Amino acid sequence: MATAITLRNPVAVATKSRPATTEDPFVRWLLTGIAVLFLGVFLFLPLAIVFSSALAKGWTFYLASLREPDAWAAIRLTLIAAGIAVPANLVFGVAAAWAIGKFDFFGKSVLITLIDLPFAVSPVVSGLIYVLLFGLQGVLGPWLAAHDIKIIFAVPGIVLATIFVTFPFVARELIPLVQAQGNDEEEAALTLGASGWQTFFRITLPNIKWGLLYGVILCNARAMGEFGAVSVVSGHIRGRTNTVPLHIEILYNEYQFVPAFAVASLLALLALLTLFVKSAIEWKTKRQMAHLEAAAAVEGAV
Amino acid sequence: MTFTFKQRSILPGFGLSLGFTILYLSLIVLIPLSATFLKTSSLTWAQFWHVVTAPRALASYRLSFGASAIAAFINLVFGLLVAWVLVRYSFPGRRLLDSLVDLPFALPTAVAGIALTAIYSTNGWIGHYLQPLGIKAAYSRLGVVIALTFTGLPFVVRTVQPVLEDLDKEMEEAAASLGAGRWQTIRRVLFPAVMPAALTGFAMAFARAVGEYGSVVFISGNMPMRTEITPLLIITKLEQYDYAGATAIAVVMLIVSFALLLTINLLQVWGGRREKTRPALEGPPIPVQAQA
Repeated sequence: MATAITLRNPVAVATKSRPATTEDPFVRWLLTGIAVLFLGVFLFLPLAIVFSSALAKGWTFYLASLREPDAWAAIRLTLIAAGIAVPANLVFGVAAAWAIGKFDFFGKSVLITLIDLPFAVSPVVSGLIYVLLFGLQGVLGPWLAAHDIKIIFAVPGIVLATIFVTFPFVARELIPLVQAQGNDEEEAALTLGASGWQTFFRITLPNIKWGLLYGVILCNARAMGEFGAVSVVSGHIRGRTNTVPLHIEILYNEYQFVPAFAVASLLALLALLTLFVKSAIEWKTKRQMAHLEAAAAVEGAV
Repeated sequence: MTFTFKQRSILPGFGLSLGFTILYLSLIVLIPLSATFLKTSSLTWAQFWHVVTAPRALASYRLSFGASAIAAFINLVFGLLVAWVLVRYSFPGRRLLDSLVDLPFALPTAVAGIALTAIYSTNGWIGHYLQPLGIKAAYSRLGVVIALTFTGLPFVVRTVQPVLEDLDKEMEEAAASLGAGRWQTIRRVLFPAVMPAALTGFAMAFARAVGEYGSVVFISGNMPMRTEITPLLIITKLEQYDYAGATAIAVVMLIVSFALLLTINLLQVWGGRREKTRPALEGPPIPVQAQA
């Protein structure tokens, strides 16, 4: 819109001595202003309101809301769920990255698409599929009930739903990385007599460690914050099957706004920490890439 | 030519890693997903059709798809703008803002939901400015669009950003030296280059929005026929122990999700092919290689 002005008045543009590949300062300011305003309203305000509402009744009330037994139970359950889901998906991600990144085989692209599948499925449907499999009305329900095994409306269901929604995180981060690094170093190690596991732990793992950490923190953030899928399988039993996001919902629906935001502020802090670590890793790997490119350039010149 | 399942390699562990990958994928994802389709087959086709085309279900599709399309479009326009500003201009706080773009991925949806509701309710920070104008943001369809815009915000920015960064300035300089105005250069040179990425981001934002639950349920008000999204309808049916009904709607959503996943993959292939063919179409890529 604003940029159209420059087209209508080409003489004015030509007389100004600015590079042809940038815009008028006024346009630049306007676009930057709109972008900052948009991000401010949509990203900064939600963060600000979480913390300001959490502290609306002061620090003592804030801490008391967090010390409440049901809040503690929710925090514990969230830690358990993430504590199982993240390592499980980590092992899967490494295995998938090794198989897909290091070898060429038939049906590889289909496998990659299938791994991405959980991202395409609505969280609510992700929870529902486990209810249909393990619930009383479900396929395995009668058998589980006969053997007194509870999965749905219990902790195992919450863990399973959490694993499902965070399934692709580590794998999709590692597969392109392993592919890009190629097999040369591993082949050299094997030729020199290293065993398969030695090669993996001494060569591959150090090469992918930042990508691994990147995938793990994103996986963890989602695991601790998942709401829809867990809501379907949890049964909402206070103090027993409530995770932190579900506890926030209960408090909010009971009009206990300040305690709801107090508990929410914990997850908001986790989100900020996640973004910080993520940016730090991105910055670090970018610098490494620049180093490598510079080294390659020097080598090329020689 | 004989069919070979796997190319020869001296690296060990193919069987173990692929075996584990497929086992884990089957147990966690494939078997549970197929159980859903199995459950639907307990309905006759007529029953299934009756459930998925009930007026309340149709109203929820209209809202879910309509609001998702509007939100994804807002994200397309502002995502292009934000990506452009973050890549091309420098201003104080740019890096901080760049990291903050991923907030909707990192912030749990329930937290986003209650925060947005608090901001847009009639006595909220923004809501109390909108109320005198007669705009009801929270507990309305507008609220659904706001929540979905928040959840889909990073997609277009993050798909377009790397394309803009990799774009050679020479192309713009060439366009300018051949007499193109700035707007013409943007429209004819930059826009076609970022289009595949932007559309991929749009489709991703749309796909995410269609299935979104947590951030919407707080702000939407959840009135049947008016502000009830499809995922919420599934939950409502589950709470009424209508498992068959919930499953039927879920199957509709799954089919839509798979179609969107396919579209996104095709868009990515299209974008990738453009990248590869571009140097060939525009002459020998000598300068680029000389730089490296």
